[in-house]
Amino acid sequence: MRLSGRFGRFGGTYVPEILVPALEQLEAAFLDAQADREFAAELEGLLADYAGRPTPLTRCRNLPNTIYLKREDLLHGGAHKTNQVLAQGLLARRMGKRRLIAETGAGQHGVATALVGALLGFETRIYMGAQDVERQRLNVFRMELMGAEVVPVDSGGRGLKDAINEALRDWSASFADTHYLLGTVAGPHPFPLMVREFQRVIGREARAQMIAQLGRLPDAVVACVGGGSNAIGLFSDFLDDDVRLIGVEAAGRGLDSSEHGATLLRGRPGILHGAETYVLQDEDGQIADSWSVSAGLDYPAVGPEHAHLKESGRAEYVGATDDEALGAFKALAENEGILCAFESAHALAHALKLADEAPDAVLLVGLSGRGDKDVAQAQQLLGSSA
Amino acid sequence: MSRYAAMFDRLAGEGAFGAFLVLGDPDLETSAALLETVVAGGADMVELGIPFSDPVADGPVIQAAAARALGAGVKVADCFALIAAFRARHPHFPVGILTYANLVVTRGRDFFGRAAKAGADSLLVADVPAREAQPWASEMRAAGLAPVLIAASNTPPQTLATIARLSVGYTYCVTRAGITGVHAAAEFDRDLIDALREAGAAPPVFGFGISTPEHVAAAMAAGASGVISGSAIVSLAAQGGDIASFVATLKQATGNDSRPR
Repeated sequence: MRLSGRFGRFGGTYVPEILVPALEQLEAAFLDAQADREFAAELEGLLADYAGRPTPLTRCRNLPNTIYLKREDLLHGGAHKTNQVLAQGLLARRMGKRRLIAETGAGQHGVATALVGALLGFETRIYMGAQDVERQRLNVFRMELMGAEVVPVDSGGRGLKDAINEALRDWSASFADTHYLLGTVAGPHPFPLMVREFQRVIGREARAQMIAQLGRLPDAVVACVGGGSNAIGLFSDFLDDDVRLIGVEAAGRGLDSSEHGATLLRGRPGILHGAETYVLQDEDGQIADSWSVSAGLDYPAVGPEHAHLKESGRAEYVGATDDEALGAFKALAENEGILCAFESAHALAHALKLADEAPDAVLLVGLSGRGDKDVAQAQQLLGSSA
Repeated sequence: MSRYAAMFDRLAGEGAFGAFLVLGDPDLETSAALLETVVAGGADMVELGIPFSDPVADGPVIQAAAARALGAGVKVADCFALIAAFRARHPHFPVGILTYANLVVTRGRDFFGRAAKAGADSLLVADVPAREAQPWASEMRAAGLAPVLIAASNTPPQTLATIARLSVGYTYCVTRAGITGVHAAAEFDRDLIDALREAGAAPPVFGFGISTPEHVAAAMAAGASGVISGSAIVSLAAQGGDIASFVATLKQATGNDSRPR
């Protein structure tokens, strides 16, 4: 490997030896592509003409108008996931792979991988926790419509963590012809670095749009954090600015319950899925099952760069409960006519609190995905008369 | 002389047969009895898995075994107690631990000291490859544990050199791509064995998918110093099969040694 793969003391390459050459090949392909103008041009073309970039920056009209929404929900595929999936798809082609595998939680990354599989002609298999298959039926069908095979994973808590385990096992046997298209800034090097670079377009655009629309930078940037890819993508171009960076974790049924996904707030450093990072775990180091109403935030680890941003103090991490997120989901629908993903509603929930405390502060909120996938669940939770 | 070195000396060219079991599977009492059974069946060494909730290097059989142990409430401390009790009964028998990184780092790395105190000879951490292994290996050696590393057919020469430098006791060779479990073809990579011997590595032992006497014989014919069988034993034990005769059958095949003496 050419790079250390570390963010402070976090990150690294903690995988079985058999997978190290595949990660080395990926790092080399990524670094070569970063220096290749043709790669950049093809990716930019796909992002613009296929995926619909740039995405708008929308100022709220009826919610506090200090809140600006970066509209990744309007991206093709329904979430920010499409940005980096197109890039990894091109890399997979560059490496001569014929097959893609991926994990998915809410199904958004699975949908994104399925669409790139269809677009670029890969055989595609998606691993998805059996519990998530049940609560995200619509996304399962979307993936299947685009030709992907969805494999329910029945081990452990039957969630995102278990889907990643299964994808890593598949890859241990299949790396010769298969690319593991990991969906977030977690996992072994080079994934956290590579996925960040492919997602930083979110913050790059948003920063320029804030300056164009308001003539200045926001006071705070707020994004939800599961694995953390939309947050890292939004934060990265603001790291050197005098701007608060706030990641919102899933507080589930309460930070003091055992049912949450607040890894940075309630976990401790450990090693999971290839990286040294914060992990929800018991005394012995067995990984705990996380919980969130949003499958995409239901993950007991987090990208290692977030662990570093927490320890360095550059970013702050807070929680929003299931109920707070549902409240924000409803408020955005009623006031702005936007149905956002439950994941993104966590970020909005915290922004609404901040707007209440400091009415003059300008807040940039990552609206990472759209809520179509969550409508059936919202109907159950809020009642059809909501 | 280390227990591994003494074992390889005693075997004098005959292959070592290692039996892998998951500690606490399906419960502590049965697990302790199984350990005695594999010794009675003729195993030369044991490799003992400390169960982890997310074993990414393992196939369905070992995953299920770990889930049974954890489901029975088995803690890391119980595993060390099983090892200590085994050590008290078998002062000279080589005992290795196989586990995953999070169990080791979770509480300030006192895992190494606890493992050595229980009487383990070696530790293999399945998700710590050579690239990350240097500080781990140093701490293990300081604690009196032999670090065991994995070498695979796709491991490049410079990494094999690192493995040869760091791995003590034996070198765990992976026969094929993939996770632990049943092996379809009895093909073993002689080039990997030759490269490791060339690099001066600790004795190469094949693992992953060793389930028949033919596998054992083929591994020995490829020049290995021994084999470790895991999933086949764990699966048979879960079905209530005759572990002692199964181990005896596999052990017998380690004598089919075609290596130049």
